[in-house]
Amino acid sequence: MATLELKQITKSFDDTHVIKGVDLEVNDREFVVFVGPSGCGKSTLMRMIAGLESATSGDILIDGARMNEVGPADRGLAMVFQSYALYPHMTVEDNMGFSMRLAGVSKDKRREKVLEAAKILQLEPLLDRKPKALSGGQRQRVAIGRAIVRNPSIFLFDEPLSNLDAALRVQMRIELARLHEELDATMIYVTHDQIEAMTMADKIVVLQSGEVEQVGSPMELYHHPRNRFVAGFIGSPKMNFIDVELVSSDAEGVTIKLPGGETRQVPIDGAAHASGGALELGVRPEHLVLDEQGPMEGRIQVLERLGGQTSLYVQMGDNLLTIMADGDVAYRVNDSVRFGFSSDRAHLFDADGLSLAKLHRHPLAGLRRQDNRAPSDTVDQ
Amino acid sequence: MTTAKNQTVARAPAAPTTRSPLTSALLNRRLWLGVLGWTLALVIFFPIFWMIVTGFKTEAEAIADPSLIFSPTLENYAEVQSRAGYAKFALNSVVVAFGSTLLALLIAIPAAYSMAFLPTKRTKGTLLWMLSTKMLPPVGVLVPIYLLFRDTGLLDTRTGLVIVYTLMNLPIVVWMLYTFFKDMPKDILEAGRMDGAGTLQEVIYLLLPLTLPGIASTGLLAVILSWNEAFWSLNLTSSQAAPLTAYIASFSSPEGLFWAKLSAASTMAIAPILIFGWLTQKQMVRGLTFGAVK
Repeated sequence: MATLELKQITKSFDDTHVIKGVDLEVNDREFVVFVGPSGCGKSTLMRMIAGLESATSGDILIDGARMNEVGPADRGLAMVFQSYALYPHMTVEDNMGFSMRLAGVSKDKRREKVLEAAKILQLEPLLDRKPKALSGGQRQRVAIGRAIVRNPSIFLFDEPLSNLDAALRVQMRIELARLHEELDATMIYVTHDQIEAMTMADKIVVLQSGEVEQVGSPMELYHHPRNRFVAGFIGSPKMNFIDVELVSSDAEGVTIKLPGGETRQVPIDGAAHASGGALELGVRPEHLVLDEQGPMEGRIQVLERLGGQTSLYVQMGDNLLTIMADGDVAYRVNDSVRFGFSSDRAHLFDADGLSLAKLHRHPLAGLRRQDNRAPSDTVDQ
Repeated sequence: MTTAKNQTVARAPAAPTTRSPLTSALLNRRLWLGVLGWTLALVIFFPIFWMIVTGFKTEAEAIADPSLIFSPTLENYAEVQSRAGYAKFALNSVVVAFGSTLLALLIAIPAAYSMAFLPTKRTKGTLLWMLSTKMLPPVGVLVPIYLLFRDTGLLDTRTGLVIVYTLMNLPIVVWMLYTFFKDMPKDILEAGRMDGAGTLQEVIYLLLPLTLPGIASTGLLAVILSWNEAFWSLNLTSSQAAPLTAYIASFSSPEGLFWAKLSAASTMAIAPILIFGWLTQKQMVRGLTFGAVK
C-alpha cells in the first residue's frame, strides 16, 4: 500500500519560482507519468518527492504521513536516475546490494535478495561485472534492480530511457510496463516524451512552467484536453490549430466559419461565447480527412511517405497543417488539396486557450490501462 | 552552386597527394616539440645533475674549472655522515611532510566537499581568497608567527612545523580537491543518499574511492611541497625538529662554503623525495589531468 499526496507544493530558487503550487494525488499501484517540456519543473517535482530537494512550502504525504522533513532513504522510495548513477567502482551485485550493506544486512541475506531481483531483470550472468563493462540497456536494468532490492513502496523514474537508442527504448518501455504488473507497486515516471507517457501511464500529469495543466488518463487527455497547451503536447504529430469564427450555437453544438468561408457544426458547447467571436479550431492530423468536397483548401509543401501512412504538410493561409493520410495517396508536392475534418473529433479553444466543453464524452476517455487486458490475462500473470 | 560543385569534383583526385605533405608537416611539428621538450627538461635537470656530480668531486675539483673528467670519491659522503646525523634530519622531514599532508587532507576533504556539493553565493569568493593568501610573501608574517610559536612553545618542534606546513598547503589542497570533487557526477552521491547513505558514508564509500586518484596526487604534491620547504624550517627550527632543508643549510654557514660537501648533503636530502616522486609519477600525472581527460 502506498499513496502519495502533494498539497500546494512550491519550490523557489531565490526569486525563480520553479513549482507554483502543485496539488496531486497518486493512488496505490498507479503508474503516474509527469510529462512536460524541458524546464517545466517535472524533475524538480520528482526530486522533492524523493527528498533530494526540499519543498519551499506545501506538504508531501506518503500514506498519509507528512514526509517533508524525512530524509530520502527513510521515505520508502527508490529512484532510477536518468544517468543510471551506478557506482562505477562496485560490481553489479555490490551496486544492487549497497543499500542493504548500509543498513547492515548480512552478506548471505544480501546475496539472496540481489539474486531475486537479478532474476526478474535477467541480470544473473552479469553480477560480477563492473558498470563500465555493461551496455546501456544493461546498466539501466541494474539501476532498476538497485531500486527493486530496496522493496520500495513507490518507485521514482527520472527520464530513465532518454539515454537509450530508439529500439532499446521501446523494449525497455515494455519491460517497465511488465515490471509494474509484476511488482504491483506505485510508480512515478518523469519524461518529456509524450509517447512514453501515453503508452505507460494510468494517469498523466501535464506540467508547464511549474504548474499542473491537466491530470487524467491518456485517453482523457487525448480526447478532452483542458487547454490548447495540453492539446498540442499530447498526440503525435501535433494537433493543428486553425483560426475560425463562431457563427451561432445551440443545443446541437457550435456552428463555425472556416477560413475558406464555409460553415460547419461541431458538437461542442458554445453557450458561453457570443457569435462573431474568434475561436481556434483544433484538429489532430489523423482527424483531418482528404476530401474533394471538403470545406478547406491548401497546397502541399512537404510529403512524407511512411509506407502505411503519408504525412502531408499543407499550407493554408499562414498555417502549415499536418494531415495523416493513407499510405497510397497519389498527391505530389505543390498539388492543391481539399480536406475536411471529422467534426466529433474537433476541439475549440477560446482566446485564453481554454477548451470549450464537448457535448459528448468520448467512450474511451475513462479507460484505465488495466482495462486493456482480458480478465484471464490477470489471472495468468 | 555549380562552381562549388565543380571545385569539389576537381579536388577529389588530388586529395591523396595533399595528405603526405600534411603528415610530414605533422611529423615535423612533433619533432620540434620533442626537441623543445627535451631541451627544457635537460635545462631543468642540469643543476641537479651538476650537484650530484659535484658531490663526488674533491673540494679542490669542485671549485676548479667545471669538468666532467675527475676521479670520483665518496669522501664527501663519509665526512657529511660523520659530522651530522643525516637520519635524524631525514626522520624529521618524513614526519613533518607526511604529518602535515595528512592533517591538510583531513581538513581539506570536508571543506572541499561542502564547497563542491553545497555551494553558497560566497563559495567562489572564499576559494579565491584562500588562494590569494598564497600570494602573500611568507616573510611578511614571519615575526608574528615566530612570536606566536615562541609564546606557545612550538619553536623547534615537529608539531609546530606540521602546523605551519598544513596552513601553507591548505589553499592548494582545498583547491585541487574541490576541482576533483566537482568532476564527480552528483547523481552518484544522490543515488547513495537514496540508498540510505549519510554524509560520512557517502564520503567514505562513494566520494573517496571515486576521487582517489585526485586525492592521491594532491597528497603527493603536498608531501613534495612540504619536503622542499626551507623558509619556515630554517626560521622556526634549530636542532630538535630540523628537517633536511636545515641539514643542507648547515653546510653552508659555519665553515664557509664547501661545495663538494654541500652537494653531497643536498643529494642525500633530495634523494628520498626524488625516488618517491619517480615512483609515484604515474599517479601524479593521472591526478593532475584527471578532469581534463574525462
